[in-house]
Amino acid sequence: MAEHKVEYPKKQADSNVYEFTADELALIEKHVSKYPTRQSAVMPALWIAQEKWGWLPQGAIQLVADTLGLSFAHVYGVATFYTMYLKENRAKYLLEICTCFTCGICGGQELYDYAKEYLKVDANGVSPDKMFYLREAECLGACDTAPVLQFHNRTIVHKVNKDKLEQIIENARKGELPKYEAVLLYDQTIID
Amino acid sequence: MANWKLEDWQNYKKLILPDIPDLHKIEVYERHGGYEQIRKILDNPTEWTPKRVQEEVAKANIRGRGGAGFNAGLKWSFMPPKKPGVPRYLACNGDESEPGTYKDRRIFEYNPHLFIEGVLIACYAMEIDAAYVYIRGEYADWIDMMQRALDEAYAKGYIGKNIMGKGFNMEIYVHKGAGAYICGEETSLMESLEGKRAYPRSKPPFPAQYGLWGKPTTINNIDTLANVTLVMRMGADAYKAIGAPDHPGPILYGLQGHVKRPGLYEYPSGMLITDLIYKVGGGIRDGKKLKAVVPGGVSVPVLRADMIEGITMNTASLATVGTYMGTAGILVMDETVDMVKWLHRVTRFYHHESCGQCTPCREGTGWLEKLVGKFVEGIATERDYNLLLDLCDNMEGRTVCALADAAAWPVRNTIIRFKDEFYARIQKTTVLV
Repeated sequence: MAEHKVEYPKKQADSNVYEFTADELALIEKHVSKYPTRQSAVMPALWIAQEKWGWLPQGAIQLVADTLGLSFAHVYGVATFYTMYLKENRAKYLLEICTCFTCGICGGQELYDYAKEYLKVDANGVSPDKMFYLREAECLGACDTAPVLQFHNRTIVHKVNKDKLEQIIENARKGELPKYEAVLLYDQTIID
Repeated sequence: MANWKLEDWQNYKKLILPDIPDLHKIEVYERHGGYEQIRKILDNPTEWTPKRVQEEVAKANIRGRGGAGFNAGLKWSFMPPKKPGVPRYLACNGDESEPGTYKDRRIFEYNPHLFIEGVLIACYAMEIDAAYVYIRGEYADWIDMMQRALDEAYAKGYIGKNIMGKGFNMEIYVHKGAGAYICGEETSLMESLEGKRAYPRSKPPFPAQYGLWGKPTTINNIDTLANVTLVMRMGADAYKAIGAPDHPGPILYGLQGHVKRPGLYEYPSGMLITDLIYKVGGGIRDGKKLKAVVPGGVSVPVLRADMIEGITMNTASLATVGTYMGTAGILVMDETVDMVKWLHRVTRFYHHESCGQCTPCREGTGWLEKLVGKFVEGIATERDYNLLLDLCDNMEGRTVCALADAAAWPVRNTIIRFKDEFYARIQKTTVLV
């Protein structure tokens, strides 16, 4: 997606040293070997960096650029194009509630409003304890089990209601993250 | 086919997602005739020449399941003749960001090897060396499932060098996206694979001439490639006999919204929409009345409840009510849905997902959202209604890819088909100057 606010890359003052370990470099090289050009590995490399630091600080973007022999501007351009790369370190966990096409009319919008209230998020969508960054998701591809939420770019939780949402939040505060749950192709029982 | 009847769906036996436990495991898939088709082809290369495989698939008339509905075999025939030393690529489109669509996710989960076998057949038919499976980043768990399935197939020697000892080489790689609707567009998927911002390319040159890294490339949907295996298994004639003649084959109908049993159902194409809603889906929840149906994902025009009588899920029948098959993700809306608010959310989706390359789309999707937002707030005037229609005219067909068209269609059709609701929101007071 395109982030519509204009945001020029400013090198942030950052005293941290960003380096990949030998294992991570080997993994990036494995990704590079899948494609004819080194540039093609920029998305996998950004994923590896995001997994390591939890988000993409500009030092990490510079590191990816150096590793692949690209310019900072190019890698920053790619990172800002896609929604799932986190360019800001807002909170520990990202909580995305789908309010799109189907989820929106199946209770997703109400759930999102409730989550805002429950987490007491500020204007940026961040909870006061900096644990959760809440935002509306576009379709997550699980419309049959609407409404759904995605926990920190990973697990999709199906058929979320207020109780389930509270439970996910409280469990995450205790360090228990939601796990993949298998859902059937269609419900055997009739919802009425 | 002439012998196809509407009632046949009740006796339909599932082909893409059959009720076999653990079918995602390679041993189970092999027990149920898995990888037999690629073996048959590689065992008799003189009988099954690449050209013959292409013709068989073209004859079966698999309509692309990604939404455009183009004959897959015909698309394959656009690839130029193989030149030694020039690599060729297959890109498998599993980006599936179209709201209301989740069929590919189920294929990754329940029957990944059917798809992998389809990729092998496609690569043999087009003499391709490497295939890239582009899966959207939101499907993190399903990317792992796909990778596991590929690892199993590699371990058994179905992919890699010298497949089944017949001298056929090819590689399949998984590429993880990162959340961009536009990557489902074929040229922008290629840009994304090349490690750039995913801006769609102008066509021509078409991907078959100048695709991934400038080399000949074909792009097919995951579901389409799974159907390729079925065509080889059943033969083109038997495949064509399933469902409606103009869009043959099994369809994964995603039934969602206010039905009693939402889910992904596999049935032949050409099913009555009313059958899908009332017989398959169990009817509308809470005894409410039906208001609207979107038959194929967010981009296709919406249908009013009074328009669906006797309409079947195939191109010709849906065209009579001015809509399309799309991805067969059917959204059912009951009378409680506020169409103005719903449309506002849909326009917000397009505004968010427009890549920003072409002005009519980048600005137009924003204006669609703002103008529909005026109706939501109740401050719109009749002029805004006409301005919306005018804006749709100025977006359609004026951009590099079809996202602007896809944004304009639902708006135009919703405001025309639910005119009363939009007019009811128009500000009553007049301003005297």
